[in-house]
Amino acid sequence: MIPADTLEAARPEGAPQGGRRARVSATLVVGSVLAGLIALLAVVSLFWLPYPADDTSGGRLAGPGGGHLLGTDKLGRDLFTQVMTGSRIAVEAGLGSVLIAATIGIALGVLAAFAQGWFDDTLSAFLDILIAFPTLLLAMLIVAARSATLGSAVLAIGLAQSAVVARLARILVKRVLTQDYITAARISGTSWPRIVLGHVLPNIWPTLVVNLALQFGLAVLAEAGLSYLGLGAPPPNASWGRMLQEAQATFTTAPAGALAPGVLLVLLVVGVNLVADGLRETLDPATGRRRS
Amino acid sequence: MARYLLRRLVFLVVSLALASVVLFVLLRMLPGDPANALTAVGASPEQIAAARHAIGSDKPLPEQFTHWLGQLASGDLGTSFVSSLPVGPEVASRLNVTVPLTLAAFVLAVLVAVPAGFVAAHKRHTWYGALLSAVSQLGIAVPVFWLGMILIAVFALNAGWLPAGGFPQDGWSEPGDAIRSLVLPVVTIALVMSASLIRYVRSATLDVLDSDYLRTARALGSSFGRAMWRHGLRNASVPVISVLGIELASTLLGAVVVESVYALPGLGSMLATGIAQHDYPVIQGVLFVSTLGVLLIGFAADLLQRIIDPRLRGRLSGGAR
Repeated sequence: MIPADTLEAARPEGAPQGGRRARVSATLVVGSVLAGLIALLAVVSLFWLPYPADDTSGGRLAGPGGGHLLGTDKLGRDLFTQVMTGSRIAVEAGLGSVLIAATIGIALGVLAAFAQGWFDDTLSAFLDILIAFPTLLLAMLIVAARSATLGSAVLAIGLAQSAVVARLARILVKRVLTQDYITAARISGTSWPRIVLGHVLPNIWPTLVVNLALQFGLAVLAEAGLSYLGLGAPPPNASWGRMLQEAQATFTTAPAGALAPGVLLVLLVVGVNLVADGLRETLDPATGRRRS
Repeated sequence: MARYLLRRLVFLVVSLALASVVLFVLLRMLPGDPANALTAVGASPEQIAAARHAIGSDKPLPEQFTHWLGQLASGDLGTSFVSSLPVGPEVASRLNVTVPLTLAAFVLAVLVAVPAGFVAAHKRHTWYGALLSAVSQLGIAVPVFWLGMILIAVFALNAGWLPAGGFPQDGWSEPGDAIRSLVLPVVTIALVMSASLIRYVRSATLDVLDSDYLRTARALGSSFGRAMWRHGLRNASVPVISVLGIELASTLLGAVVVESVYALPGLGSMLATGIAQHDYPVIQGVLFVSTLGVLLIGFAADLLQRIIDPRLRGRLSGGAR
């Protein structure tokens, strides 16, 4: 964020395009590096882990060092191994939820915005009701109905987020539909599907992409919250949320276990959000026009 | 406007009715008979049948539903299967914790986020504008329970200034203790909430700052402050109010994690317990009350947006499409 804005400030008015391109990549690069590092941890954890998940040879609550990069937890398991597994669960949770939320949410939102009269009102009321169930609580209901697995958590988070995405999409589409160029397109005989693809989606999707990236972060956070409450992926899958919950009691005596998962979580979410910001600056036609 | 108000009110009632049907059906789809909560493991079929009869879960669903609606109409939220206590008073006592917690956090978050978001947009070329953006960027990435853990470790365990959790047994009859036990939870929620709000306020302000109407107003000799006040504020507040409504609504029940970190007897933790115990009346009661709250918040947010943005009025008073 800071490097991007500093560069932007340093660029004189009317500077050539090259300056703008450098500014965009600064945000993108920082974000990609952060998110990429976590993604790398996640991918590596599929093939290699420093210790087996149930290895307790390191002794309980050992400090960092001595063959254990971050030390061990209260059962003697290697913390770095758990952190790596956690990164895989976090990435899976984020991707899965956003995929569900985007598919259902955008379809519903566009439908609601285009629908007439009572249909729009009913759909909006339905969305309001869905939003009335906060992500975590909907997730708790679904987890109670099925079982505490990563799949239940992702399904629940994705469904809950689809309502938020739908509501945002509906508002954005409605705003676009009040614009004169839509009226012009209609008068000139453009069909509604063409208007959606040619005018509406290009105008709303930069905002949607930013929001979906936020939803990715929120999904990762929600999964961590569910695991913190004991409703996420069951043991021995060390989700970051579960690790933090287990480390809460020993925060002051063994801070590594209570800090490392949290720091990585923050890095992943910050990274994805920075990528979104970088993408937005590159993709948003309005931003491009007003800055050139 | 009066016509819109009427329509919106009708839909508020219809939504609530729809919501209660959905709620009722959803809960009946959960596996496990509620009678299981009443009987010991290994109970005979007769005992289970007797328990089902006692709580009415052996009756046909429509009959159960009309029974519930009748109760609701007389202001009765039912009786807990597990504790045999009425749900209504329990919800009320939980609201004594959750509503102050939510509202205080919300107000604090708005007080922080609106000026901070405006500065982050307007002064984005200065170091403090960039710093504000960076801090909010960081803030939306912090898990709320982790922030809670850190605040407890710093301010309760190390400094010993505030309690690490819990709520006084006598509730608000000890106002000092009650407030002291809510300070850290309120700050926890407000920090996380304001981080995301700053982003929305910033982006709404940026849209306004780049707009043609603001440039026109300035070109016509309006001062920056006056142009922002007359044109900018109205336009920027429409999307922000929409987000505010969602944030407030989701905090109302979404505080369950914070309630868990700080061991607060709030609405969220009541629901969590109810779900774990398959206690239908508790789940139904809590969700009905909070759905009502969320719908009212949405109603207020919509109304506020119509008042601020006349362009939206024509579209929803029918026919203008």
